Amino acid sequence: MTWLQAAHSALHPASAQADRVGRLYNFLLIVAVLVFVAVMVAALWAAWRRRPIDEDTSPARDARAHRVIFAGAAATVAILFVALVYDLALGRSLTRRATREMLTVRITGHQWWWEVEYEDPTPQNRVRTANELHVPVGQTVALKLASADVIHSFWAPSLGGKKDLIPGHHNELWFTPTEPGLYRMQCAEFCGLQHAYMALEVVVEDSKKFAQWINAQRKPAATPPDTLTARGKLVFESGPCATCHAIAGTSAAGTIGPDLTHIASRRWLASGRLGNTRANLAGWIVDPQRIKPGVLMPSNGLEPADLQALLNYLASLK
Amino acid sequence: MKRAVAAALMAATIAACDREERRFRELPPSASATNAVRQSELQPGGAIVEESTYTKYDENAYALSQGKRLYEGMNCAGCHFHGGGGIGPPLMDDEWIYGSDPAQIFKTIVEGRPNGMPSFKGKLGNSQVWQIVAYVRSMSGLGSRPASSARDDHMKVAPNLQLRKAERPRNSFLPPSTQQP
Amino acid sequence: MTAASPPVIDLPPAVDPADHARLRRTYEPIRGFYAWLASVDHKSIAKRYIATCLVFFALGGLEAAVIRAQLSRPENGLVGPDTYNQVFTMHGTTMMFLFAVPIMQAMGLYLVPLMVGAKETAFPRLNALGYWVFLIGGVFIYTGFFLNAGADAGWFAYVPLSGPEYSSGKRVDIWAQMITFTEIAALIAALQTIATVLKLRAPGMSLNRMPLFLWAQLVTAFMVIFAMPSVATGSLFLSFDRLVGSQFYNPAEGGDALLWQHLFWFFGHPEVYIIFIPALGFISQIVTTFTRRPVVGYPVMVLALLVTAFMSFGLWVHHMFATTVPQLGSTFFTAASTLIAVPTGVQIFCWIATLWLGRPVWRTPLLFVMGFIAVFTIGGLTGVMVASVPFDLQAHDSYFVVAHLHYVLLGGAVFPLFAAFYYWFPKITGRLMNERLGRWNFWLLFVGVNVTFFPMHRLGLEGMTRRVYTYLESTGWGTLNLVSSVGAVIIVAGMAVFVVNLARSWRGGAVAGANPWDADTLEWATSSPPPPYNFADPIVVTSRSGLWAYGDEIPVLQGLRTDLPQVLVTTVMDAEPVLRHIHPSPTIAPFVMAVIIGAMLIGGIFTPWAYPAGLVAIGVPWLMWAWPRRRSYEHQEELKGTFSLEAPI
Repeated sequence: MTWLQAAHSALHPASAQADRVGRLYNFLLIVAVLVFVAVMVAALWAAWRRRPIDEDTSPARDARAHRVIFAGAAATVAILFVALVYDLALGRSLTRRATREMLTVRITGHQWWWEVEYEDPTPQNRVRTANELHVPVGQTVALKLASADVIHSFWAPSLGGKKDLIPGHHNELWFTPTEPGLYRMQCAEFCGLQHAYMALEVVVEDSKKFAQWINAQRKPAATPPDTLTARGKLVFESGPCATCHAIAGTSAAGTIGPDLTHIASRRWLASGRLGNTRANLAGWIVDPQRIKPGVLMPSNGLEPADLQALLNYLASLK
Repeated sequence: MKRAVAAALMAATIAACDREERRFRELPPSASATNAVRQSELQPGGAIVEESTYTKYDENAYALSQGKRLYEGMNCAGCHFHGGGGIGPPLMDDEWIYGSDPAQIFKTIVEGRPNGMPSFKGKLGNSQVWQIVAYVRSMSGLGSRPASSARDDHMKVAPNLQLRKAERPRNSFLPPSTQQP
Repeated sequence: MTAASPPVIDLPPAVDPADHARLRRTYEPIRGFYAWLASVDHKSIAKRYIATCLVFFALGGLEAAVIRAQLSRPENGLVGPDTYNQVFTMHGTTMMFLFAVPIMQAMGLYLVPLMVGAKETAFPRLNALGYWVFLIGGVFIYTGFFLNAGADAGWFAYVPLSGPEYSSGKRVDIWAQMITFTEIAALIAALQTIATVLKLRAPGMSLNRMPLFLWAQLVTAFMVIFAMPSVATGSLFLSFDRLVGSQFYNPAEGGDALLWQHLFWFFGHPEVYIIFIPALGFISQIVTTFTRRPVVGYPVMVLALLVTAFMSFGLWVHHMFATTVPQLGSTFFTAASTLIAVPTGVQIFCWIATLWLGRPVWRTPLLFVMGFIAVFTIGGLTGVMVASVPFDLQAHDSYFVVAHLHYVLLGGAVFPLFAAFYYWFPKITGRLMNERLGRWNFWLLFVGVNVTFFPMHRLGLEGMTRRVYTYLESTGWGTLNLVSSVGAVIIVAGMAVFVVNLARSWRGGAVAGANPWDADTLEWATSSPPPPYNFADPIVVTSRSGLWAYGDEIPVLQGLRTDLPQVLVTTVMDAEPVLRHIHPSPTIAPFVMAVIIGAMLIGGIFTPWAYPAGLVAIGVPWLMWAWPRRRSYEHQEELKGTFSLEAPI
């Protein structure tokens, strides 16, 4: 599993908002390059031009210089004004809320993972997951941002700008994805030891696939099909796992760590740090501190047989 | 001149700065307590000198802060509130029914106690329990005060840990049910 | 205290040559280590300040080297997250609080009294106190760093991460208290500058004849006075939250995490202009000297400094666009952040015009000025980009901003600072720095800065966020990070060349006379290095062109005592003499007071009782200091009658 397939560049916009910001950036870039070239040409020419020995040093030259400087200042003001008008107009139009129906998702930042909860008027349709966000293409998604501990920031460069998650405040971010695909989001506000590894994958898919996904997420955990998997469920419920993690439909109802009801359906583990493979999951369960030192999940010494059973069980939670 | 001063300062205080160590993975002191809780004050022969289990968790700021996080996370506040007690006995006073020694508190958490204290054996790793032990001790001002934190980021429910006077523990070895009202 | 001091030649002009010996005895009554501790000579204190700041610069640079080494490859294991967090926090903190602002102020503390033609700075004992407090604060935070108690919440320490619940131990307390130390030192230096520039100018140096360097220092000093209290308040609130459990930043009890951000950035934005504006002053003097003519458009240049300073107080929310600040409010800050480019742009146009109209002399200082124009312009243009809210929401907290801030700080402050070093080194030491090494220094730095920081623009747009101790290989950020780290090596090489140049020139450089560059400002009218009393008789200034207006004879004013340290105080606007004032002699009181303040503030991170105890203890050196001295009021002499100087500007 790599992030190579996931776009995470402001220069490769995949939402209506990011696209418009990209165009603003291109405009500002062109202006900047032209201004820079003009200033450097002027400076280098002024510095290295050949001066005749008997050059005129009268005050009239200074007066001409003043006029040139004034013209330069006026040009600067004009260019900046144009940029300013464009900035403000775009800013205003981007903050105008979409009037059509939005998919509302509540995102809560934790040290160092993302809690994702799909809102719905019907309580049993609400989906709680972690570190992965699925959205249907073409529909505006409104993210309600809150934090459980310190300030985090939600930033998917290809999908738009960022907004901070500030404890004690509610913030909102919305975007309208235009291209199906995978997009990487990383926390953009320094939040402690594992700020570097606090990522989330945004999956933009067509509405049919999205409906399939969310219906699967609404179901509780699958019942274990065989004894080894059942043993794994027992290991989960009776050991330290259930203290912090929840699996809907079992007695594990911990709220400190991510919800694991459908962990096998996710592509990433540990908030985008490890691909979701059996080997990675085993290493993560047994010694998370080696992979993300400082993370709040403790090392767990498990009997090898218990570990294999647990892995089987977690792999069954699609 | 500046270098000499800096070196002297470093040498003088280098031993004292375990407070700032962040240990993410380590072997905790032995899990089995060396002091069993006594049920009675009668004993044959001369007095036994009780050895105290010192743990470096007591002075480690990171351990105390993790201990506090676990205290909230494991819902210790559900019975003990933030030290004031309620369903369970208070933790910020000087009375320790089952002992204030770190090893004794460890046993209390891991094995549970009569009258409602659940056993967390198998639910928490040993080093996590030691972190909670250190935090619980700090609630009554034991351990290192500069390593504690002054307040939590929630409603104020307890006085400042850093400036709290240390409550000298009085160990009461008899369970509350034997003490008639 | 150099063994091979250059010969003392070109003493400042004096009507009676015997005054020099008398003044030397008066201004340097004692020698030795105690005299060094008790010194109130602004030059001695400023040299210490500059040397200390350069040590911090080197330490900050080492921290940067660790950062670049760690980030050169994906998933690198050179340092773990805890160490990395301390290192990058110390890098930012050192560069911003312990290097950039203090060194600009220190250059001012050395040059301002000389450039105004005064014998001393306005408050010599306070000046000494400022240095000692700064030194103790810097040593304090570094001692913490070496003891694994280095601050680890970023140089801006946002709450709640830096608050009592999420930052355990004393790391952030040490950081917050360091702010108190450096804030005291900065305010003291600002007071010095304002009082010296406004009241101790040489007779005839009216405000409109003042060199642009002095205008820049004056404007900066006022900015410090308005900006520093904000961060001091914020850090005081943070220390109280962490020590006594106050609720300033606790939303659950009515506080607000955003309060910290507002208090910090209200200081933080002017702070970068506090670093930048003195550099503009350096540039003006260097361009004047090395184009052999005054800068074009003096009134416009002064106005540009004033406008920049004012406007810089109206930008701070642009650091907070991603928070919950409302869109309409952000609009104001976008407009201000965009338009502040105008006054600085106008200054650059004036300098280019000066280059055009003058006859450039290509020495190292002028090379660094050209480097400044190139690097700072890039930084300023990316600044206009991030001034817009929609784009800033992409660039904020990414490596794009890291690129922007390093371009403006390195281009706008460090390059002019190096230019100033090469320019004023002969004045401070009496020897010239090596030109060839200077060119190597410049080109290595110029290439190094661009190779290190230009790729970061791209990295930021590709999604790399700030303050990450490592990144996954599949993000694709590895190549540009490696390029950037190679650039860092080039920067280190450039700095090494500078250190070599400094070391060789200190004892072995060519002897410079009073005015090796044939410059026009007053500091070049005295010997290199200047005598302890700077000038024997105050020079009378007749025009904006300073020394260039005089032929062989320099007009001076006679009448100040030589048996007591007496300075001439003049009026604010026109610099007409009004008072002859007796200045203090060397005293140990500032050092003692600084030590007590240090003990008070260091104790204050462990117990609040340190504050009242410390304030009481301060009474002792305070009495030593403030006890009225007979000679101060007996020899205070007002000058009767008027004194006018006529001359064109």
